[in-house]
Amino acid sequence: MALHRVKIFSLFERFWHWSQMLLIVVLLITGFGLHGFHGLFSFEDAVTLHTGAALTLLVLWAFGTFWLFTTRSWRHFIPTIHGMWGVLRYYSFGIFKGERHPYRKAYWRKHNPLQALAYTMLKLVLFPAIWITGLIYLFYFAWRDLPDATTYLTGVALIHTAAAFAILAFVFIHVYMLTTGHSFRDHVMPMITGFDEVDLTPEEEAYLRKDQPEDIR
Amino acid sequence: MRARPTPSLRHAPRAWLTAVRDRFLAMLLPLCTAALAPAAWADAGGWPTPPATAEPPPQVSGPLQGGTADHTKFDELKGPFANGSEVTEACLGCHTETGKHFMRNIHWTWSYTDPSTGQQLGKKYLINNFCTNARGNEGMCAQCHAGYGWKDESFDFTDETKIDCLVCHETTGTYYKTPNSEGSPACSVMFEGKPPIDYAAVAQSVDLPQRANCGSCHFMGGGGDNVKHGDLSSALKQPPRTLDVHMGVDGLNFACTACHVTTRHIWAGSRYNVVAKDTQGTGLPGQRTDVATCESCHGLSPHPVDSLAGFKLNDHVQSVACQTCHIPEFARGGVATIVDWDWRTAGKTRDGEGFHEEGYIQGNGEHRYTYKSIKGDFTYDENIVPEYAWFDGQMVYTTIDTAFDPNAEVIEINGFTGSREDGRSRIWPFKRMHTWQPYDKGHGTLVYTHLWGEDDAAYWGNYDMAAAIEKGMADFGLDYSGEYGFIETLSWWPITHMVAPKAQALGCGDCHTPNNSRLASVEGIYLPGRDRNPWLDTIGTILVFGTLAGILVHALVRIFSKPKEAQH
Repeated sequence: MALHRVKIFSLFERFWHWSQMLLIVVLLITGFGLHGFHGLFSFEDAVTLHTGAALTLLVLWAFGTFWLFTTRSWRHFIPTIHGMWGVLRYYSFGIFKGERHPYRKAYWRKHNPLQALAYTMLKLVLFPAIWITGLIYLFYFAWRDLPDATTYLTGVALIHTAAAFAILAFVFIHVYMLTTGHSFRDHVMPMITGFDEVDLTPEEEAYLRKDQPEDIR
Repeated sequence: MRARPTPSLRHAPRAWLTAVRDRFLAMLLPLCTAALAPAAWADAGGWPTPPATAEPPPQVSGPLQGGTADHTKFDELKGPFANGSEVTEACLGCHTETGKHFMRNIHWTWSYTDPSTGQQLGKKYLINNFCTNARGNEGMCAQCHAGYGWKDESFDFTDETKIDCLVCHETTGTYYKTPNSEGSPACSVMFEGKPPIDYAAVAQSVDLPQRANCGSCHFMGGGGDNVKHGDLSSALKQPPRTLDVHMGVDGLNFACTACHVTTRHIWAGSRYNVVAKDTQGTGLPGQRTDVATCESCHGLSPHPVDSLAGFKLNDHVQSVACQTCHIPEFARGGVATIVDWDWRTAGKTRDGEGFHEEGYIQGNGEHRYTYKSIKGDFTYDENIVPEYAWFDGQMVYTTIDTAFDPNAEVIEINGFTGSREDGRSRIWPFKRMHTWQPYDKGHGTLVYTHLWGEDDAAYWGNYDMAAAIEKGMADFGLDYSGEYGFIETLSWWPITHMVAPKAQALGCGDCHTPNNSRLASVEGIYLPGRDRNPWLDTIGTILVFGTLAGILVHALVRIFSKPKEAQH
């Protein structure tokens, strides 16, 4: 096993990440504006931006989900407790003592266990909670004549808003995490260039050098 | 000539020339008469109703346009006529069925039975919270009856010659009406010294009703300009498009009947029978002729779907009346409306005489009375933001027959129902009228007050409320306890005129906002932007700021604890 600079984020994955980031920022700002927390946009503009960004994000997610499954990349997100304790311990104590992060990226495991769990929960709980309620909200005109429609709408809005608060908290933690370890730049660059330090087995290294030499430096 | 070619004009050039001549006369005549008329009068009853100084362009009167006859050529209308009834007889000589048709409409009957509640409504019976009751005061109030001579119960509602065709159809502006009975000398003096009516001239001037015709009563409801409705004032005679996008002389220039379409002298669009939610739209073929709803012309998806907002606005048609967004304020155009009336202060005299005081200058510069001995104190307002509520079109009236708790705090003259769930309601704008008015304290009913008459009990002239109520009730065999008091009443006036150009319509944020939402008091809905779960907002805020605080603490500990040599 040896550390190498390997391309772990494909062009699509990076495009996905950054466009998703942009859309989520737009959605959070316009969404909390619609909720009445600020008045940076008129309600009409906020609704238009919010809905447009949401529909764009859904299309992006459709492609992303397709990509995850066709490239087998979904396996990166399988939760595991293996190594979890070390990571938790590092963020709780080790980081203050200047210890090294205990996790080494593997070629088929580019997230540490805490990351994998967090992203999995985001993808399976928070995102569905917000996009499913968002679509129900958006299509209110189609079910507004059901009995007690306004009661359901209140519930839908509640879940949608709750998920938004949780996603906002996630965004803060996510960005803060970039400041840990080496440097902010070291964390951001892999998502720009695609290359990061990965612990490769000799077989993986041999394979990459022979068949995908452009992906290893 | 400001007239633009309309289809009717292109197809009937002859009628158009006639119209030009008529209107030239119409312009001159009032100029002559106005100089003679006492100034006090224009305010008293709304007559005469001269057109604006410039020649008005032809008004668009809905499906009936152009005409096929020139009334100035009819020998039957050459006169001379001694009175209005003789003109009516001449009209009926050709319009043989019109009398029968007309007698079925509410302008003649002043009577309407609500098909849902069975309540006997109509001006003939109702009590309002302005001058309170027409009943027993027809000598004055029935000036606005479309007939001749109704002053008491003896009026013959089957006599076609008593129909007043001219008040609605003459276009000279020289026609006027005076009270059907003399009344107290203190009042009748207001109506003396008028120029005689040239009945042949007004008879030959007949045309489809102009805004000034309808306005001679409907703009003056409640005893003065815009007093009652708030959205119907003399400002609509020659309104700019900014005041009313349909009636604007620099816009569509609609006459009232362009929307209040008429079949056999029955008009669409009644306040007693409101279509709060039109689900049929324009109908086929062409325009519907049974309703005055916005949807009957604009359809059920009136906003162009060129944006997400347009799509969402069309959704709103389900639950928000068009008027709610498109009439951002009423009593615009410089004419104020009365929003509060206090009968408790009526009856003050100076040296035994009634008096009045001006205390309000409205937008167009005119002074309005804020106190009259005959009526009490008034409060005016203009450019008013309406009240909003779910409304299913059904009003329930407090009539002379309605018993209520004598100790009740507020009585609704016309309470209404409606909710999000009933499928028939939409959120409507209303004028709210608040009044302190006399009632039967012993029985808990409203009262008929005898205001107008030549006798000693008539309030107007004698200022004795006890006697006026005593007689007002006795004349109709009504049980009166003998003890009157004053009670607070509210009446609700659906706002539907003074539709602003779309640029002035409300924006989404006027309602979808946590602060000062136009719909702040409307219940039964979740209104995004206005509504929130305070628990969720609190917990969510704590979560987000707790996260930030946690990050800050974590970062500070890192900064101060990390050994220098360990840094990478």
